[in-house]
Amino acid sequence: MSAPEEGRDPQSVGRFDVPQQVPPPDAEPARRNGHRSAAQAASTPTPTPAATPTPAAEVDAGLSGGTEPAVVDRPGDHWDRKVANGLAFLRRRLSGDYEVDEFGFDSELTDAVFHPLLRLLYRDWFRTEVSGVAHVPVDGPALVVGNHSGTVALDALILSAALHDKHPAHRYLRLLGADLVFRMPVVSELARKTGGTVACNPDAERLLGNGDLVGVFPEGFKGIGKLYADRYKLQRFGRGGFVSAALRTGTPIVPVAIVGGEEIYPMLADIKPLARLLKLPYFPVTPTFPLLGPLGMVPLPSKWLIEFCPPIPTAHLTDSADDPLVVFNLADQVRETIQQTLHTLLERRPDPFGP
Amino acid sequence: MTPGGTSGAPGVVVVTGVGRYLGAHVAARLAADPRIERVIGVDAPDSGTEFTDLLDRVERIRVDSGSLGGLLADLDVDAVVHLALVTSPDPQHGGRSAMKDQNVIGSMQLLAACQRAPRLRKLVVRSSTAAYGVSFRDPAVFTEETEPREVPRGGFGRDILDLEGYVRGFRRRRSDVTATVLRFAPFIGSTADTTLTRYFSQPFVPTVFGRDPRLQFLHFDDALEVLHRSIVEDHPGTYNVAGPGVLSLSQAIRRAGRVAVPVLEPGLSGAAALARTMGFGRYGLDQVDLFVHGRVVDTSQLEQEYGFTPRSTVEAFEDFIRAHHGGVVVTRDQLAAAEKLVLDGIRQVRSAVRDRSS
Repeated sequence: MSAPEEGRDPQSVGRFDVPQQVPPPDAEPARRNGHRSAAQAASTPTPTPAATPTPAAEVDAGLSGGTEPAVVDRPGDHWDRKVANGLAFLRRRLSGDYEVDEFGFDSELTDAVFHPLLRLLYRDWFRTEVSGVAHVPVDGPALVVGNHSGTVALDALILSAALHDKHPAHRYLRLLGADLVFRMPVVSELARKTGGTVACNPDAERLLGNGDLVGVFPEGFKGIGKLYADRYKLQRFGRGGFVSAALRTGTPIVPVAIVGGEEIYPMLADIKPLARLLKLPYFPVTPTFPLLGPLGMVPLPSKWLIEFCPPIPTAHLTDSADDPLVVFNLADQVRETIQQTLHTLLERRPDPFGP
Repeated sequence: MTPGGTSGAPGVVVVTGVGRYLGAHVAARLAADPRIERVIGVDAPDSGTEFTDLLDRVERIRVDSGSLGGLLADLDVDAVVHLALVTSPDPQHGGRSAMKDQNVIGSMQLLAACQRAPRLRKLVVRSSTAAYGVSFRDPAVFTEETEPREVPRGGFGRDILDLEGYVRGFRRRRSDVTATVLRFAPFIGSTADTTLTRYFSQPFVPTVFGRDPRLQFLHFDDALEVLHRSIVEDHPGTYNVAGPGVLSLSQAIRRAGRVAVPVLEPGLSGAAALARTMGFGRYGLDQVDLFVHGRVVDTSQLEQEYGFTPRSTVEAFEDFIRAHHGGVVVTRDQLAAAEKLVLDGIRQVRSAVRDRSS
């Protein structure tokens, strides 16, 4: 990379970076509701979020390597390079020169389009603080199990984008989604392109067998479709299919607690007849939806905290994947861990819409 | 070759469906193998004479499937390769009912004949990855053990499920026969002419709105290789045969330089039904379902058992693109040229601005 690229170095402290440790109460806050402090603004002049432009630069160099450009490039043409990378990206997309894995995951599109959008959302809008990333292994498989909330399953997307940015190895979280997600056109393809697949044991075990990081929300629709009054109360974990997938592959389970998702669309009521009519699991009524129409789809700017808990090893239990007692005990252990962590996180965040 | 020998190439091989592209090529390839004494091509009495020059070393018998039974016993057949399947209804040849006659009734009669052939010791059946059906709850990748969750809407998918059911019955009754079922991904290649190759040859390609299915292809030459090995070697069982790797439909269309035209799914199903009743076009619900759900299979069992890896889906598709470069709307070079044009334009404008300001 040339000199102007240094500002884009993912290691440097960016404008939106959230500190790993929570500062003591009397410390100067890193930002208030998305605004930087003056000192930070002066120290980080480039607002560009961390990105990986290497493949684009390589392809571009290969393309224009043979012929001389009409005008010789001058050093320091940072924006020119960005435009060139953007055009090279567009050309690769339009000619189909990219890779899609067997689940339909398109890492290039995820890096270039989806993660930057989600980054705006989780850094600026939700002011997300992530802790315990060290508990997520740097390589090899792990099953990340979280609490589900928020009427729309936005927490899964935020979790995957935040984990990708904060994790030292920048790992992708392969989410498992309900089959309803894959019934809906457009949504199904967005889910597949960002690395999601249907929540079923063959897919989970295949991903874990490939050494991937798999994200699962065992509460399912019971979690996201609960009323605001029941916020941060973990729902039933179903049959614990996620535990047997982990046991069969000997994969560690990393519980993760997500605070903040419940307040983005506080669900006051559920119009069940309408939900049945539309064949949806629930039809939400929030303070702004359906009252304000499309405007009601804007999530409320709650403060988010995400904490990864220490992994629960399962390698010694590989033979008990079919033992319901072991499966339920382990599922309960995961559930308890998440619930406890939720309570501690909530104590740290007295005001849901605080800074 | 001794009858009922334990291993090695069989002496007398019967190939069905030699009047069609795949059957003709397989029969010709087996006939060219010196280990095989005799290759007999069986076909329906009304089949065309398209591949006669290819089949000069193959004995051809035109017989309707009902009288196969006596034939197989008389010929002292060692192996049967069943390839006579119709993948899409052909309005010129009786449409869907003729297709079902051929796929289901024809296969039943052939398997009944095989059951009564005393010397038979090998049966190779062409199946399809359509055997996995389509459902929104399907896993992303099918292994040979995956059971179909829903019966497919398309005729071909249902025929394939029936056919595999009959083969299971045959395996129970004739456990001495080595039965190989090959579930092929859609064929593609420089010369193959299939529903999918015709689809990708159009300049504007209809797709289902909001769906970008994952597809796998199998190069036609690799299909021949696997079928050949199934005959001369012993590989009992059911195997997925597909090119490793995946192309999404939009990616494949872009690579081929075609333009995708998204159509709403109910509209496409209706159009497919209309086209079928009007008697033109060969797109059916099989194709619509494939373009909604996509289909990816695991080929590790094939690689283990045969020690052979087909060329990847991407390579097979590249081969197809090279052979069908007519009708391309957007080429890679055009895109690269447009990119260079914009970049040079920007550079020139910037240098002009700099020259003026300095």
